[in-house]
This record gives sequence, C-alpha cells and structure tokens, in this order.
Amino acid sequence: MGLPVPPFAADVFGPDAVIMKGLTGLNWRLKGYEERGGYQALKKIFAEKIPPEQVVNEVKKSALRGRGGAGFPTGLKWSFMPRQYQGQKYLVCNSDEGEPGTFKDRDILRYNPHIVIEGMIIAGYATGSSAGYNYIHGEIWDICEQFEEALDEARAAGYLGKNILGAGFGFELYAHHGWGAYICGEETALLESIEGKKGQPRFKPPFPASYGLYGKPTTVNNTETFAAVPWIVLNGGEAYVGLGRPNNGGTKIFSVSGDVERPGNYEVRLGAPFPKLLEMAGGMRGGRTLKACIPGGSSMPVLPGDLMMVTDLDYDSIAKAGSMLGSGAVIIMDETRCMVRSLLRLSYFYYEESCGQCTPCREGTGWLYRMVHRIEHGRGKPEDLDLLGSISDNIQGRTICALGDAAALPVKSFVQHFRDEFRYHIEHKKCLVADYL
Amino acid sequence: MNAPMVLSPEALAKIDKAAAKYPPGQRQSAVMAALAIAQDEKGWLSTETMDFVARYLNMPPIAVFEVASFYGMYDLKPVGTHKLTICTNLPCALQGATGAAEHLKKKLGVRFGETTADGRFTLKEGECMGACGDAPVLLHNNKRMLCAMTPDKLDAFIEGLK
Repeated sequence: MGLPVPPFAADVFGPDAVIMKGLTGLNWRLKGYEERGGYQALKKIFAEKIPPEQVVNEVKKSALRGRGGAGFPTGLKWSFMPRQYQGQKYLVCNSDEGEPGTFKDRDILRYNPHIVIEGMIIAGYATGSSAGYNYIHGEIWDICEQFEEALDEARAAGYLGKNILGAGFGFELYAHHGWGAYICGEETALLESIEGKKGQPRFKPPFPASYGLYGKPTTVNNTETFAAVPWIVLNGGEAYVGLGRPNNGGTKIFSVSGDVERPGNYEVRLGAPFPKLLEMAGGMRGGRTLKACIPGGSSMPVLPGDLMMVTDLDYDSIAKAGSMLGSGAVIIMDETRCMVRSLLRLSYFYYEESCGQCTPCREGTGWLYRMVHRIEHGRGKPEDLDLLGSISDNIQGRTICALGDAAALPVKSFVQHFRDEFRYHIEHKKCLVADYL
Repeated sequence: MNAPMVLSPEALAKIDKAAAKYPPGQRQSAVMAALAIAQDEKGWLSTETMDFVARYLNMPPIAVFEVASFYGMYDLKPVGTHKLTICTNLPCALQGATGAAEHLKKKLGVRFGETTADGRFTLKEGECMGACGDAPVLLHNNKRMLCAMTPDKLDAFIEGLK
C-alpha cells in the first residue's frame, strides 16, 4: 500500500511521461533538474530573444488546457493579461490541491519543483508579470518547505531576481502556504487568501486578468499547467499537440485511487484509452469488476464502469461520455461498493467545505447531505430521489463559484446512473451490496 | 503602549520573514503564516494570541478572527499534545481509511473532535489532504504526514509517541 518510495524504478510514472520523465525521487534539486535539460527553455527564450507575444502564441498553438479542473485554454488565458498595463502584474500558481482523488501536484512539487519554477518564470515573461506566488496546500508542510529550498537554489543560480541571467527580465517568486480550506482552490478565493482574508470567492467579472491579486492584473494557473510550459517552448506548440489530440494537447498526469492494485500518478498522452491507464495502475484490486468511475475528481459526474471502459482519456472524449476530465483524478469503485454510501461521503465533504457565502450552496449542500444520509440509513422516502434532483438543480449555476456545481453534479449523476440502488435503499431500508466502504 | 509580548522573539522573526514576501502595505498577507507560527508556539489560538497577531500586523482583531475561524487547521480551542487528523474522504475510504479511523477511535477511546482524558491525543476527521494514493493518510500536529497507515502501523506510531 502507498505510493512508490524513492529511488524509483525507471518509468514509474509511465513510459510516455514528459513532466515526470527521468525522476528517481532523489534528483529534485537544481543540479538534477539541469542534468535533465532543465532551464534550457528559459535560456532559449533569452538567447533567441523570443518576444513574449510569440511565447503566448506557441502556448496557444499547443492546445495546452488548464490542468486544475476547468480545462480552459492556457494560451488564451495568458493573452487576457493587458499588455499595455504599466503597473505591477502578478502570476499565481494554484497548488492548493484538495479535490478528493487528486494528488498529482504534490508529486510534481516534491519530485520536480524546478519545472514549476521554470514554467512560472516563462509565464511571467510571457504575461509581463514580475512577481509570483505559489499557493501550496496546507496539509503538505514538508513539501512547501522543500519548495522554499528549490526557490533558494533558483535565486542563488540567477534564475530568479531582478535581472535573470543578465537578460534584463526580472521575476520574483514566493511560496504561500495554505492552512486547510478546499475553497481556496477556486482562483479568486485563493487570491483573497493570499491577501490575508478568509477564502471566499469573488464575483466574476471582473476576472483576475483585469482585477486580481491586490487589485492588479493576475494570471492563475495550476501547478501541472506551468510544468508543461518548458517542453512546449523547447519543442514547439505543434509537437505538443502531437503528443495528444487536436484541442487536447500533450500529456496529462492522472491520479488513480480507489479499488486498484497500485494507486498512483500515471502520466499518459491525452487520448489514451482508459483500460490502458487501469492496466498501469495494476488493474482492479483482487481481480474485481469495475462498477463506477469518477474520471476527474470528486466534483465531476460519476460514470458506470462499462461506459468508462470504452472512453478515451481526453477533455472532449470524457465530456462526450457525460463527465469531465477535471483535475485528472480517477476514482475507481468496484462491484462491492455502495453508491449511496459513496455519495454520502462526498456530500458531507461539500457541506463541510462550502464557504457559506451563497445561500443556495450554504443551505443546499446541507440539505443534500441530510437527505442522502437518511436514504443511506433507511429513512428515505420514495419522493426523495426527485427532490435530490430538484435541490441540485437549484444549486447548480446559482452560486458565485463552482463549488455549488461541484456539490450538485455528483448527486445528479449518482442518482441518474444508479437509481435502482438508491430506490432499493429506500424500499428495503438496507444496502444492495454486501460490503461497504 | 506597553502591550505584553505574547509571542517569543523567535516567532516574531519568523512572522517578519513571512511578511517580507509581500509588497509594502500588504502586511495582512502574512496573517495565515503568523497564525500558524503562533499556534506552533502556543499549541492553540486563544483570543489573546489572535489579538496580539492583529496588533502585530496592524489588522482589526475581527479580521484575524475571521481568518483563524475559516481555515480548518487552526485550533481555537486547546488540543492534545498530539493532534491526529485522519482523512476519511471517499478515495481514502476506498483504500482502508474507514477501518483505520475506527481503529484509532477504539485505541484512543475518543470520537472525532475529542481529546483523551490525559490530554495527550486529539483525534480529528480530516478532509482531502491531496495524498489519496497514500491512503490511509494521517496528519500529525498539522505538519507531519504519515502514509499508508494500516492498523498495525497506527499501533506502532502511537506506541512510539508514548
């Protein structure tokens, strides 16, 4: 049990890995990163005097999409930063990884922190931002400390500072440590949090590119998104698309958890068939059958196992199947798992983590949790299933941020795909399957 | 004004170092770090400690309380010497966390949110720590993450703390 411990066997993250390529678990320091070709993308930009606009265009061409959950085109997001703006602009990395099922940014940061730093320096150059923060999830203290060490190394080597490598571009980067609030993974809540406030999302618009950190133009990207940038600069946007599929460029790290033999992070080319990923994770634990899969983190709709088995792993294919790629957190459930009980735990999570700002979410998440709780405990009524749908509909799309949707989507999809199991609970006051969680 | 120094010079130096990361005039950005540092030193955050942090960062006391009461890892009540937080969210539950949590409750004789009578252990139910592949995951005093904590390993860990 547990993730692999360093030193790793070769290809522990998969043969097609780009971000996680060549990692032993021990070669995270600057020297190791440089030996793997690190900071060459930054040097190339300076040596060839590539203008910022061209970097943005290359990232646009690459079809790199945000790896944190929303899948927004990264190059397009960068182009929203006002180029003529003369004042301070900021770049922020979202490493506040707390979407249940997701644990990829933790591995990127502990085994390859400099790739994030290089990606951020390049993004800073491309967007004209001279300062950045990496917001690191509260529960991973030692990894935050390790990132600070990597920052010290980068500063000492001249990769960070007022005049990086003497090229006339300056960029400062700091770590900001969270302290346990799921909502801070939402980008405007995260900005509020850096400003020293409780993490309640801001109404958008204005978007961070016009009014972000301290009211200044700001770009927020996920850790894995920044980590993809150096390769794109070195090899070109078209080559990156070639790693994946049109509109779904590159590789993606999938965090596989649940009922598999080897839970872990596996980096595959976007468009890879799901059974391949399942095989990399050692297959179903104990040779059991795949009952259900949440392909993109707990906020995304669950899919029945047979549908998942014929779905490819890219943004568009998973959307076509009725869910979303999200953060790439693949939660696997076998035939012994109760879907009511599984949903109950997720519903509790959203109830617990709602920031309380919007009424539909604050009140609705509690209502959903209490209803799923009573169904699970044999006190459900026949009309509850429709009521669950109605409450979900009245949360979804009616809140400032996506947490409302994140609470509603699992409920709707669990009831949609496993309605018989919910009905059985209500009628028989007990569970259809023998085992629980 | 001769307000008492609630925190040690070492703690204040750490807070100053954190505050230096932010632009001039944005000292409030260091409040999360300051509260974590204060909690490390005091064990928990009393009103006196929070008010001191407010004065030190030139913030209204209520603004500090808002932050301290919003983020899950701040303790606004005394906790045991060893605060153990175990994640029971779905991915962890699928990999043995439910059993591990029950084992801990039985072994320590407490429910979630309670402290043992001798004041040594507080048990808390955690939400996603971003380490699901390492389930069951246990956080010791906010800063040390322990992975793949089967009942056997939990026993050995608890014995080691005694």
